[in-house]
Amino acid sequence: MRAMVYRGPYKVRVEEKAQPVVEHPNDAIVRVTMAAICGSDLHLYHGMMPDTRVGMTFGHEFIGVVEEVGSSVRNLVPGDRVMVPFNIFCGTCWFCARGLYANCHNVNPNATAVGGIYGYSHTCGGYDGAQAEYVRVPFADVGPTVIPEWMDDEDAVLLTDALSTGYFGAQLGDIVEGDVVVVFGAGPVGLFAAKAAWLMGAGRVIVVDHLEYRLVKARAFAHAETVNFTECDDVVVHMKKTTDFLGADVAIDAVGAEADGNFTQHVTAAKLKLQGGSPVALNWAIDSVRKGGTISVVGAYGPMFSAVKFGDAMNKGLTLRMNQCHVKRQWPRLFEHIRNGYLKPSDIVTHHIPLEHIAEGYHMFSAKLDGCIKPLIVPNAA
Amino acid sequence: MTYTSDKPPLAESTDQLRARIPGWGADLDPKDRPSVPKLRWQEDRTGAHWDFPDRQPEKWPRERSIEHKFLPPVFGTSCPPKGVSGVIRRFAYRKYSEGRAAHWLLLLAADRVDAWESHLRSFLTARPDNPITETGVLSEFSRHGFSSRIGQKRSDVKHQVLDPVIVAGPWVLAVAITVTLARKLTHRS
Repeated sequence: MRAMVYRGPYKVRVEEKAQPVVEHPNDAIVRVTMAAICGSDLHLYHGMMPDTRVGMTFGHEFIGVVEEVGSSVRNLVPGDRVMVPFNIFCGTCWFCARGLYANCHNVNPNATAVGGIYGYSHTCGGYDGAQAEYVRVPFADVGPTVIPEWMDDEDAVLLTDALSTGYFGAQLGDIVEGDVVVVFGAGPVGLFAAKAAWLMGAGRVIVVDHLEYRLVKARAFAHAETVNFTECDDVVVHMKKTTDFLGADVAIDAVGAEADGNFTQHVTAAKLKLQGGSPVALNWAIDSVRKGGTISVVGAYGPMFSAVKFGDAMNKGLTLRMNQCHVKRQWPRLFEHIRNGYLKPSDIVTHHIPLEHIAEGYHMFSAKLDGCIKPLIVPNAA
Repeated sequence: MTYTSDKPPLAESTDQLRARIPGWGADLDPKDRPSVPKLRWQEDRTGAHWDFPDRQPEKWPRERSIEHKFLPPVFGTSCPPKGVSGVIRRFAYRKYSEGRAAHWLLLLAADRVDAWESHLRSFLTARPDNPITETGVLSEFSRHGFSSRIGQKRSDVKHQVLDPVIVAGPWVLAVAITVTLARKLTHRS
């Protein structure tokens, strides 16, 4: 089969690779019909995530058609059109039993601090991902769901990570009616978090970024006020002024490890790999939110330490809430919101890239060229 | 205002927000939020029909965190450790827990060694690594590299100049060292 393959930092190519096989009785093999490049894939692409091996195929947002199932699979049959959460999870460990699917303990030998994720380094279990023609899907009875007839493919693929994660991020904020919510990052997750903040009753939603074309999208798609931090002397002071010096009630970090806005933080983290991530957005969140406020972190960071301002967080009495999203737990409610017309995730898709051109896709997305917000990958066999 | 007990007023009323924002307040009640409370017993086990899953065959000694009691029943089989980088990876897993910086720093070091090993190995194949096609840098021309950056007040442009150094720098250094050594050897003979 044809598959994207990592060749080292900033380098990927498409290669002929052995088609995945059933390795466990509850595996399925899925023919990928659509995948996406996620912002967090860029951390792998830039060599930031420890134990990212040359030869791995990335890709954890995808939909496809079931090609083959293992002997114990009951809920899927070949030919089913499925959407697959980015979490690989067993359904029955201590964590899964309580709904923490992203923290499954039965799927990742390499680390206990993170669950299993498709195509996301060996730190997340060493599974090949779906920027390929076929992918192995473990626990086929647990993770995948048959795509409803009424749902668009592009909406379905965005439900497998970006939309669910943004919605989850807003929930972590414990938003109450009238809250001022500031979202750092106007990428796909930030846009969805801003949109979801309204569903939870926010009184103001403010999105912060430095890419003007994304802020334009935040205003149009997420009905948000926007702040371009390159136009502020100090974004924290700006946030204080715009909230009559109280601070926002809730801040959502939808940026993660490669945050811009502080050259030293960015270079030490993203270029020199001396921190688990550049905590610029997180530190801005800590300082922008009011005392007693809540920080929600859904941006992805590496497992190493980062220079986070915990002193301010402690002195302000903040609540810090964070996790990878338990995708499947969000779906029933998100399906309703899409059916009701409250959410139209595919509105953020900007590019459709053939698998064979994925190297250009990664560069374009990484360098933020051509107004790129969300690139989708279409494999040859789709 | 902030220095009294009143919260600063919002510019829009609830009714105005409801009229302007599709779905405003649909999840106002925390009971409608699927991740509230954080820990919630999942009666349906989301389709699982086991207490503990069947074990996937271990086809080679699978490296694992020493914070695990045993090898979890299901795991990825992409890219088994190989070469010098594989030795470093196995050592990092065997010796250090996830709580130790040494664990992660060794794995990052192994990633860099793996890239070098793989690049060198590729030169023995019919498809050596090609930094032009693999970096996708040609999309600078087809995807408006210039106009996407110039006049856009982007914060990332300052450090993007480092990217070519990160990608090409080690190669330039390696070539320089090789040429220097070759010259010294030639002069000696």
